[in-house]
This record gives sequence, C-alpha cells and structure tokens, in this order.
Amino acid sequence: MQLFHCPFCGARDETEFHFGGEAGNLRPDGADAPADRWANYLYMRDNPKGAVREVWVHMNCGEFFVMERDSVSHQVLSSTSLDGAGHAQ
Amino acid sequence: MTRRYSALSLIKEGLAGQKGWQPAWRSPEPKKIYDAVVIGGGGHGLATAYYLARSHGVTNVAVLEKGWIGGGNTGRNTTVVRSNYYYPESVAIYGLAHRLYEGLSKELNYNVMLSKRGMVFLCHSTGEMEIGARTVNAMQINGVDAEMFSVDDVRRVAPVLNFAPDARFPVFGGVWQGRAGTARHDAVAWGYARAASALGVDIIQNCEVTDFIVEGGRCRGVQTSRGTIRTDRIGMAVAGHSSVLSAKAGLRLPINSYALQACVSEPIKPILDTVVLSPGTGVYVSQSDKGEIVIGGALDRVPSYGQRGNLPTLEGVISGLLEMFPAFGQLKLMRQWAGIVDVVPDSSPIIGESPLPGLFLNCGWGTGGFKAIPAGGTLLAHLLATGKHHDISRPFDLDRFVTGRLLDEAAGSGIAH
Ligand SMILES: Cc1cc2nc3c(=O)[nH]c(=O)nc-3n(C[C@H](O)[C@H](O)[C@H](O)COP(=O)(O)OP(=O)(O)OC[C@H]3O[C@@H](n4cnc5c(N)ncnc54)[C@H](O)[C@@H]3O)c2cc1C
Ligand SMILES: [Zn+2]
Repeated sequence: MQLFHCPFCGARDETEFHFGGEAGNLRPDGADAPADRWANYLYMRDNPKGAVREVWVHMNCGEFFVMERDSVSHQVLSSTSLDGAGHAQ
Repeated sequence: MTRRYSALSLIKEGLAGQKGWQPAWRSPEPKKIYDAVVIGGGGHGLATAYYLARSHGVTNVAVLEKGWIGGGNTGRNTTVVRSNYYYPESVAIYGLAHRLYEGLSKELNYNVMLSKRGMVFLCHSTGEMEIGARTVNAMQINGVDAEMFSVDDVRRVAPVLNFAPDARFPVFGGVWQGRAGTARHDAVAWGYARAASALGVDIIQNCEVTDFIVEGGRCRGVQTSRGTIRTDRIGMAVAGHSSVLSAKAGLRLPINSYALQACVSEPIKPILDTVVLSPGTGVYVSQSDKGEIVIGGALDRVPSYGQRGNLPTLEGVISGLLEMFPAFGQLKLMRQWAGIVDVVPDSSPIIGESPLPGLFLNCGWGTGGFKAIPAGGTLLAHLLATGKHHDISRPFDLDRFVTGRLLDEAAGSGIAH
C-alpha cells in the first residue's frame, strides 16, 4: 500500500484518493469556443511518462489538491493545496 | 528443412533428430527505406504487417519493436476472445476479429490454440438479470450469438462457483456467449510474425523509435535506436505508450495510461472449462491449458507507466475471486504482473490517420484489444495501403472526440474499464 499526502490530512492510504486529471487543463471560456478547443479540454491528454503534475481529490475530506509524482516509479514529490497557500509536503 | 508445420513435419523432424527446424522469422538488419513501417511488435503491429503483405501485396515493410515481439500487452494479457459488444459499430469490428480468429491457425499455419470454451457474464440480482436480458436482445439484433442463462445453466457450465444463498454476490443467472473463449497469446504474436516474415516483412526487434521525420507537413520516416528509416506510410500500434510516441509528432491523444494486472495460480487438475466474469466483484477467471487459474480484474486506480501494478487492486481482485470461488482459497499464487494499457474515455479503439499526414494510429484498445488483433491488423493495413478508411474503421477515427460521436462501450456493454 502506498501512502499519498493530503495537504490537509497528511499521509493516508492511496485507496482514499481519486485521480482528478492533469493540472493546468483549463476550461474554455465561453460557449463559442470552437469544437476542437472543447475536445482538447475534455479528452486530449499529455499523459506523460515520468514527471507528472496532477489534480487529485482526497475522498475522505473532499479536498482537491495538486500532486507532483513520477508516473513510472510512483514516487510522490509534492502535494499542494489548490490555492497554493502552503500545507505543502 | 521444415517450412510448413504439420503432423507429418513433426514426425519427420523427430526422426531426423529435430535438426531441421528453422527460426520462425528472419531477423534482418533494418533497411534505409521501406514502403511502409509499423511501430510496435505486439499483436496489432504484427497483424498489420501480415495483412499489408497478404491482402495488399505490400511486402517491403518493417515492424520496429523496441523490445521483443509480444513483450508488451499481447504477451501479458489474459487471452479472452469474445465479441459480445453493444453498438453496431463495435459488433462490426469485434465480430470481424472473432471470425478471423476462428480461421487463424489454418491461415497462419500456426496453432494459436483458440479454445471456444464459452464465457458467462454473471448477473447477481434481478436488476442485473433485466439488464442482462436487454444486452442479450441488443446483441441478437446485431447478429451476435448471446443467450440468457438461468442459475441452473450457470451451475451446469461452472459448478465450482459459489451458489450459496447467503453469498455476498449471489448468482441469479448470466449472459452467455458460446463462441467466446481463449487463445494462446504468444502464439498469436509469433504466428503473425512468422507468416509476415515468410511474405517478406522485416521483423526488427530491439529497435526503439525515438522520433519522427517531418518534411513538408508530412511524416516521412522515423529515427530509431538502429538508425534512420525513411518511409511515407507509418502505422503506430504501441498501446500504453501511444501518448509518449505521439508527443514526438506533436500530437495529443485522448488516452490515459494505467497498469492492468493479472495473476496465475499454481497449476491444478481441470476444474473450470469456461470463462467466468463477474461485474459484481470485477473479476474474471479461466483455467489455462497448463492448469493454472488465470485471474484478471479491474484497472489500477493510479495513472502509471510502471509495469508492476499496485497492491490494493490485487487485493480487491483476490478477495472477489475467493467470494466467487471459495474453493480457490487453498491455491497458491505463482505469478503476478501488469501491462500498461491505453485507456480512452469511451472504451473504444482509435483507428485512422493522425493529424500528421502519413502517420496512422491503431491504439486505445485499453483492457480489451487481444480479442481484436486480427481486425486491428486488417484495418490498419487497409489504411496504410489505400490511405482511406475501411467502412468498419471509419467510426473509430480520432475525429469522434471533436464531433462528439463517441462509442461508449463502458455504458453499452458494461466494460468496467
Ligand atoms: C493484464 C492484462 C490482461 C488483459 N486481458 C485481455 C483479455 O483477456 N482479452 C483481451 O482482448 N485483451 C486483454 N488485454 C488487452 C490486450 O492485451 C491489449 O489490448 C493488446 O494486447 C494490445 O495489443 P497491441 O499490439 O496494440 O499492444 P502491445 O502488445 O502492448 O504491443 C505494443 C508494442 O509496442 C512496443 N513499443 C512501444 N513503444 C515503442 C517505440 N517507441 N518503438 C518501438 N516499439 C515500441 C512495445 O514494446 C510493445 O511490444 C489485457 C491486457 C493486460 C495488460
Ligand atoms: Zn484530506
């Protein structure tokens, strides 16, 4: 069992967390954004091998946060609350 | 020297001290230029090369594999072959694959050990029985063989299941496909490689594609760990590594890579001669010809390129297995492994020319592309040879993510992942 760090609750079992998507994937502004811009936002992913920056949710406290980790070794490098206001691990 | 495999060649080679067997495929040095190049020596890549040569007469072809052929998901999968999907588009593609599988050993002169032992999707409640009936009706309308099984039918094909009334997931019945079954995964890769090689295809192992050559807005070749190779038609079938490779061409795909695990028990006497899948526990099971119980389940929950698998998922799969088959509690697990699968939001494959002209995609098979290998090969070969979609591959083009015409088999046929 791997431990992930929730910036609010500390180290918890990986099963308490849910993957939310790649960090920095911004929703298009306004309904008149072209279809391929929506497709990019909704479906297209970088899906990198190695260093990743992702949004995760800790399902127990319900907080979303950014986790930096390695998608090959699964080593976690940092967990930061979404407002970036600290609590970093 | 043996070129064709047969009972007679076995006897002849036996009498001659087994000295006449040839390597099943040639391993030539890569040429500088080919008519077509296929990246990825899994089942889909090898089948593509074979059908290019056999159906389209394009024989100046190379398959470039970074490791050894079949060393990706093709050699790691749990080998279930079936075609009971929901949407007509899916039925067309998986049905084509299933029919080709039925003639494959003969076509390739290589025994892929297709065993049509049947498969039952269990239903664990009256609600699931109703959904099961809807699924069966939809499949029959699409011309797929599917049958509703009562609990007695299930007991007949898999008496070792837990039928106790107080079971956590009691068996109410199931959806049966009699033509479903298993095939030998390595044999599918090796059989296509051997047949393609005999038609002139170069199978090049230990050759990693590291970049694409782009000239005049078209893909004109690849850089590899064994030098530059030029070609105007490139097919890519690299499964879980599709995003990594397409990034080199400046493309993004609707794919997340995850580990999918499987494991096998020690070999035991025959006890289960069909494939059983339980959507309730998320576990599916069959028994290999060697006697091992082959166990598969849900995807890992952490996006990953680590070909290992995480413990919580394995734990969930094993507890589901023991709930379904209490008798298996005595078994020892022999091996556990994982493959990196290419998961797409609508659980359907991506086949077609990429936004970079000259580069064609065959990916997104996720957790279920072994059964589709003959179709994936046929369709990518058609695209590479003609530059155009086959009617069957058209709905699976990447453009569906812009038009919104998704083929959601997760919702349609209840693929858990
Ligand atoms: C545990 C598990 C169980 C499964 N069970 C089933 C099942 O029961 N039924 C079913 O239908 N499907 C199943 N699948 C899915 C199935 O295995 C895959 O969908 C299918 O094998 C994909 O075939 P492929 O040829 O596209 O990919 P692969 O067999 O993975 O081949 C891709 C190849 O590309 C090579 N490659 C990658 N990058 C490069 C590069 N840069 N240069 C050169 N080569 C490269 C890799 O080394 C690899 O050999 C399962 C998968 C797993 C992991
Ligand atoms: Zn928390």
